[in-house]
Amino acid sequence: MEPTLLIAIATMGGLGFLFAGSLAIADKKLRVVENPLIAKVNDVLPGANCGGCGKAGCYDFAVNVVEGKSPVNGCPVGGEETSRAIAEIMGVEAGDSVKMLPRILCRGGNSEAVKKMVNYYGPLSCSAMHLVSGGDKMCYYGCLGGGDCIEACPFDAMFMNADGLPEVIEELCTGCGNCVKACLRDVIEMHPEDRNVFVFCKNHDDPKTSKDVCSVACLGCGICARKSGGGVEMDNYLAVINYDKLDESTIPFDKCRTNAIGHLREINERETIN
Amino acid sequence: MNLFQKAKTFRGGIHPGEAKELSENSVFETMPNPAAILIPLQHSAGKAAKPLVKKGDDVKCGQLIAEPDGFISAPIHSPVSGKVTKITPAATVGGFPKDTILITPAETNEYDFMETLNPDKVTPAEIKERVKQAGIVGKGGAAFPTYVKLSPPEDKKIDVIILNGCECEPYLTRDYRFMIERTNEVVSGLQLIMKAIGVDKGSIGIEDNKPGAIAKLKEAVKFIPNITVDVVKTKYPQGAEKMLIKAVTNREVPPGKLPMDVGVVIQNIGTAIAVHDAVVKGEPEITAALTVSGKGINQPKNLIVRVGTPLSDVIEYCGGVNEYVEKVVVGGPMMGVAQFDFSAPIQKATSGLLVLTEDEINAHEETPCLKCGMCVDVCPLGLEPTKLARLSKLDRLEEAEKLDITVCMECGTCTYTCPANIPLVQWIRLGKQRVMTMQRERKSA
Repeated sequence: MEPTLLIAIATMGGLGFLFAGSLAIADKKLRVVENPLIAKVNDVLPGANCGGCGKAGCYDFAVNVVEGKSPVNGCPVGGEETSRAIAEIMGVEAGDSVKMLPRILCRGGNSEAVKKMVNYYGPLSCSAMHLVSGGDKMCYYGCLGGGDCIEACPFDAMFMNADGLPEVIEELCTGCGNCVKACLRDVIEMHPEDRNVFVFCKNHDDPKTSKDVCSVACLGCGICARKSGGGVEMDNYLAVINYDKLDESTIPFDKCRTNAIGHLREINERETIN
Repeated sequence: MNLFQKAKTFRGGIHPGEAKELSENSVFETMPNPAAILIPLQHSAGKAAKPLVKKGDDVKCGQLIAEPDGFISAPIHSPVSGKVTKITPAATVGGFPKDTILITPAETNEYDFMETLNPDKVTPAEIKERVKQAGIVGKGGAAFPTYVKLSPPEDKKIDVIILNGCECEPYLTRDYRFMIERTNEVVSGLQLIMKAIGVDKGSIGIEDNKPGAIAKLKEAVKFIPNITVDVVKTKYPQGAEKMLIKAVTNREVPPGKLPMDVGVVIQNIGTAIAVHDAVVKGEPEITAALTVSGKGINQPKNLIVRVGTPLSDVIEYCGGVNEYVEKVVVGGPMMGVAQFDFSAPIQKATSGLLVLTEDEINAHEETPCLKCGMCVDVCPLGLEPTKLARLSKLDRLEEAEKLDITVCMECGTCTYTCPANIPLVQWIRLGKQRVMTMQRERKSA
């Protein structure tokens, strides 16, 4: 055999043994022992990495659950099924988790809100629109209609309706809350699924101004707050519901001139009766 | 003269149509008092002023009606004699309603000016104090209180004052008219600023498309050896302070630094006039000079108006608009703000009111990026607009921050050049704001 070939084989073989040896030592010395529960919890999570739980992703949430820093029912996307599966792995009770859904608290679409004398040319994004004189609606508190929330939704559960307002498809929505974070005007809020009474306005303008800028704005008259016993409070010309004290029967819904306070579901029926 | 010597300038930039012929030969006219004066409490960068008057008070022309709140803030004086009708939020040229003092002017003006000072005997401290009391703000656009710029920190050694007479925005002719009509006051204002900071070298930078102003100023500084007139190339944005410093002194202001870090203080022509008026005439900042132009207005003019005059009054005084009007902009066409509410008032730093027709504005469909790199070529700050706009659109703020998105001065050169009509500067502006919010949060965390 050629001596050069022998040298090459010896060198490569020697190097191979050397690296294999050091890897074997590293494996013993630097081994990271991961709790096997983490992988198990991670397997039952939806894997969408939406961040709805407040953690960096599904794996991070799994780590936190196993370390006891997050509740087993902390994943809003997976719902009850996932909570039960995690609870089984962790050997604890799942508890009840109420599904939270985003509610759009502005009804000032293109036909209700008064527009400025402008045509907007530019990026179609709420924050870009806000930079140019606060968007093309006269109201500085309501939905801009740029669709940042729709863009932020990882589950395609939102769409822009014909009136230029976003709508949530409840069947697809997982309640991750990304739309709430995306909304520049804080028009979207998370509420328990079964909650039905809302003030559909965020306008703090005085009664005259709010009447001028939108036909469905809360004027700030305070009729709804008067007999509510703290269930509805007035905050600078805007009715704000305190759900802990709310008693629906004390609120005169039909006295509200702009239907700003009302029910999520029957409000369309009420409009047709009137 | 060396034939091969290039005109002084900077890298990049564009040559938009100048359109200065509409108003460059019209002499300044002083507009009469309007029926109502609206004075927003915020005229300058920094904090809004605190009102000193209340509803029903009688005020005299030149009386202090709002005092500064903090270091970066400017006082406000009543531009007319009259009665305060109310203090309420009202529309401003910035687009957002701000607290505003409403004054109904009286028939005649009673003046309440400060005492006059002799420009030859006045001390630096007196000049600074007067500039502060008169509420002078920079006329270049950002409306930074002038006295802050006149008081550089001890450790910053200033060796040259540059007066910015470039007026690189198309249409605007205010500074040009100042240089033609009030040449000696411009020089006097510069000398006062030099005295206030204690600098013995001054320079006036003018673009070479204004031969009339160059000739007049050269004549005026003939016997003043420490002031030079520097002719620079006509190019947008030559009037941006970093670009002018580069052209005149060949110094580069590093990203994130101020002109004073390279030993320069830069002031606008209009500011020099205001400093002169405040010291020599004792007049506080109660008028604004502006160009009213564009093909949509019947009589383009250069006007001196009272601060607080509603835009609608100014438009009416200039013969109203014609049928082709499409867009109204306050400021220059490149960096100005489009208006929707003409009850908004003229502010101290308002430099122009443009009524533009359809063929003067750009409202084309956006098409995908061609990757041609023209925006990179023209960016005067050497940024990559196409990349920054994309990162901003995708909300990748950390990467945008690394590519110096916060350095952008929003001159609009990239959007002007883009053959695909992508709103580049608009996206960058948005990303810049988000990055700055992120940086603030990081600082406070």
